[in-house]
Amino acid sequence: MATALKDFKWVGTRAVRPDGVEKVTGRAKFGADFSLPGMLIGKVLRSPHAHAKIKSINIEAARTLNGVKAIITGSDFNELPSEWVPAGEVQINFRDLSRSIMARNKVLFEGHPVAAVAATSEIIAREALALIKVEYEILPHVIDVEAAMSPDAPILHEDLFTAGVEPSPKTASNIAKRVDYSSGNIDDGFKEADVIIEKHFTTQPVHQGYIEPHATVASASEDGQCSIWTSTQGQYVVRAYCSEVLQLDISSIRVTPSEIGGGFGGKTTVYLEPLALALSKKAFRPVKMVMSREEVFRSSGPTSGSSMKIKIGARSDGTITAADVELKYQAGAFPGSPIMPGCMCALAPYNISNAKVVGYDVVVNRPKVVAYRAPGAPISEYAVECVINEIATKLNIDPLDIREKNAAKEGTRALYGPQFGAIGYIETLLAARGSNHYKSKLHENQGRGVASGFWFNIGGESCATININTDGTAELVLGNPDIGGSRASLAMIAAEALGIDYNKVHPIISDTSGLGYNFLTGGSRTTFAGGLAVNEAAEDVVRQIRERASKIWDIPEEAVTWEDGFVRPAGTNAGNFEPLSLADVAGMAAKTGGPISGHAQLNAQGAGPGFGTHICDVEVDEETGRVTILRYTVVQDVGKAIHPSYVEGQMQGGASQGIGWALNEEYIYDEEGKLQNAGFLDYRIPVASDLPMIDTIIVEVPNPRHPYGVKGVGEVPIVPPMAAVAGAIADAIGVHLTDLPMSPPRILKELNKKQ
Amino acid sequence: MKTHITTTVNGEPEEFLCETEQTLLDILRDELNLTGSKEGCSSGDCGACSIILNGRLVCACLVLAVEAEGQKIETIEGMADGEELHPLQKNFLKDAALQCGICTPGFLIAAKALLEKNLNPTEKEVRYWLAGNLCRCTGYDKIIRSVLNTAEEMRRK
Repeated sequence: MATALKDFKWVGTRAVRPDGVEKVTGRAKFGADFSLPGMLIGKVLRSPHAHAKIKSINIEAARTLNGVKAIITGSDFNELPSEWVPAGEVQINFRDLSRSIMARNKVLFEGHPVAAVAATSEIIAREALALIKVEYEILPHVIDVEAAMSPDAPILHEDLFTAGVEPSPKTASNIAKRVDYSSGNIDDGFKEADVIIEKHFTTQPVHQGYIEPHATVASASEDGQCSIWTSTQGQYVVRAYCSEVLQLDISSIRVTPSEIGGGFGGKTTVYLEPLALALSKKAFRPVKMVMSREEVFRSSGPTSGSSMKIKIGARSDGTITAADVELKYQAGAFPGSPIMPGCMCALAPYNISNAKVVGYDVVVNRPKVVAYRAPGAPISEYAVECVINEIATKLNIDPLDIREKNAAKEGTRALYGPQFGAIGYIETLLAARGSNHYKSKLHENQGRGVASGFWFNIGGESCATININTDGTAELVLGNPDIGGSRASLAMIAAEALGIDYNKVHPIISDTSGLGYNFLTGGSRTTFAGGLAVNEAAEDVVRQIRERASKIWDIPEEAVTWEDGFVRPAGTNAGNFEPLSLADVAGMAAKTGGPISGHAQLNAQGAGPGFGTHICDVEVDEETGRVTILRYTVVQDVGKAIHPSYVEGQMQGGASQGIGWALNEEYIYDEEGKLQNAGFLDYRIPVASDLPMIDTIIVEVPNPRHPYGVKGVGEVPIVPPMAAVAGAIADAIGVHLTDLPMSPPRILKELNKKQ
Repeated sequence: MKTHITTTVNGEPEEFLCETEQTLLDILRDELNLTGSKEGCSSGDCGACSIILNGRLVCACLVLAVEAEGQKIETIEGMADGEELHPLQKNFLKDAALQCGICTPGFLIAAKALLEKNLNPTEKEVRYWLAGNLCRCTGYDKIIRSVLNTAEEMRRK
């Protein structure tokens, strides 16, 4: 592949996004904006208890209410075998998914669906929910990860036996899995250390916090054909999951993605879609379902809370000699926390000879966690980065220097297996050190912290079609929902590869019937993998253009060259013809063989791992414990920024989500295991007045396995903020905090202890 | 029993029937098909349903539809003037001040209300004015810059 990054016409510019006008005028249709004639409104009855047996469900009074057209409960769903199937960055168990979206014999978290109703109006649907009588036998519950691991903890699943331990346990427990990565010998490593720091950390579950609640419309017809319009990160994944949960042929379901109002991993699964479809299959009318914000908090997302023990040893020159990491992640009500990526990422930025990482996946009576931006990585890397900062302080070494000394580089073998290729971690450290921010002075009560972060980035299945119109314009058919500018970046790649004006490329996001399977928008893969598919589809178009030109000129195809959007005879020997543009050739398409259409389907390999380094300045108010972010800089290696504005946007957005995670965001439960802050007033995500401008430094170490050098961008920036903020607070008040969020009460407690 | 309401929406006379418990946002979205105003929380915390009611910036989810009798309502659908986008709309595009776009109509309406009151706001004033509009994608940086850029541009005209 041509990796030499020449000057591009479109790639690297800040073009206006093709879907922009739709989105600034209110035209763009998001999940809840879609309606159909004869549509019913569906609502979900949810468990008020954290853990309870369902003794009976009586739907009679609801069923006979005027306007109620369908009711479903757990008995309407087939039992599926329990097996783990790969689904991109994570694995999925369809039995658990099915039980998670509709409870069977037990409810396992407050908010767990127990029934759903479709009625002619929302008011009637709500009335019907109130008429459904559920008899519960309340069971003891557990929401804390350490408590859930204790031998006398209430057991969520009687058939759950810890995987990954020898011999296999004979008794059920809440520990679903133990994973273990190690290399070298940590005991020897710690003997070589001049300084050893061991700390215990906790983090709380945090929600993805997309502003658009889950919303879907499903319509089943009498012949079994099903259509779903939904807000999702992956229309093909919705189709696959609905097909599994409802036992339907994949081809009987057509899923059209709406515009998506944020996902951050939280819309990589299904909640409402199978319920709406099951209701529609009973009522034979379209059913619309939209979650309230409260339902979003109680029943969707979040990511894991955790308990972690980190021990790291270093020589006095800063060389890390050993690291011992133990991670316990909450999975929510069903197994499947991001413990694996948490373990794999924990030490990934560093070249450490003696390392051991052990992780536990633990079920608790909370909603089942789902992917959240670099799932698992921000948690473990937060703890490791905090300890590295503390070692740097203890050894009086600059925190960027200690990172550079131990940094992974091209050729370093990661603890989880692969050898890194062209990574740009050190380049981010150098750029951070050279920044004006890092050289600036601080005042009293102020502090500066730095931290780095790693995420794999993925490729995966992608398709693209480019239909060339007779006037030389192009329809670019894509298979991934555009969550933050991917139509723009992919249209830029198409324009570049076709040598036509960016404004002549019209990207659309296809429903599941218009292209082959595309894995979802996630794993920071869309511009990388989608870009490979678009580039290959464009090459297919170019091949056809050359073929058509050879027919027009009646010369061999090899004698036709393609350059800068024109076909030309290869030389005077080939013939003396005027160059033809793509539009010229397309205009003659009917006479030269029919429509010109390029296509590509691939499973993208060669994703480039991403690294970032953040610098954060804070001021701590000693009276209130409030932490103000004064200045923040995100440095990241992105390979190549196709559209720098949207790359910066990802860096800024990830950083601010991380700042929220660091300072404010947490799930607060009462004694009965009920969520106390299921709304944006009490679950406080950062608002405009909480943040400063977020500076960005884009580092470009091209990915040799992508024609434009692209690596992933979107996930890395949520990894460093928690430790960067913690480091800044430590610098300001002299205390290294170990529990998130670092909210005012916690800071005040530390300040009082100090006095 | 439904109540008959007469209002003006984006300069046009509009009538609708509503239940007393329905919010103005419900009616805008479900009855008048003006789905540009978004429902993110229905508790006035996210600002995605920001509209201008008789010259005042409000969350449509906190206004009962029956309260709209005789009132003038401005929504995102009325922000552009024919094919001419409002300067805020143009600059949001130029400055990449949106990612997913769900919060964008609310931010545009709220920023318009600010610039109608104060065409020379400081960064801090913009940040506090827009603190009732949540965005989870951008970290606000490009939104704030775009509002400041627009104010400057409008001052020059």
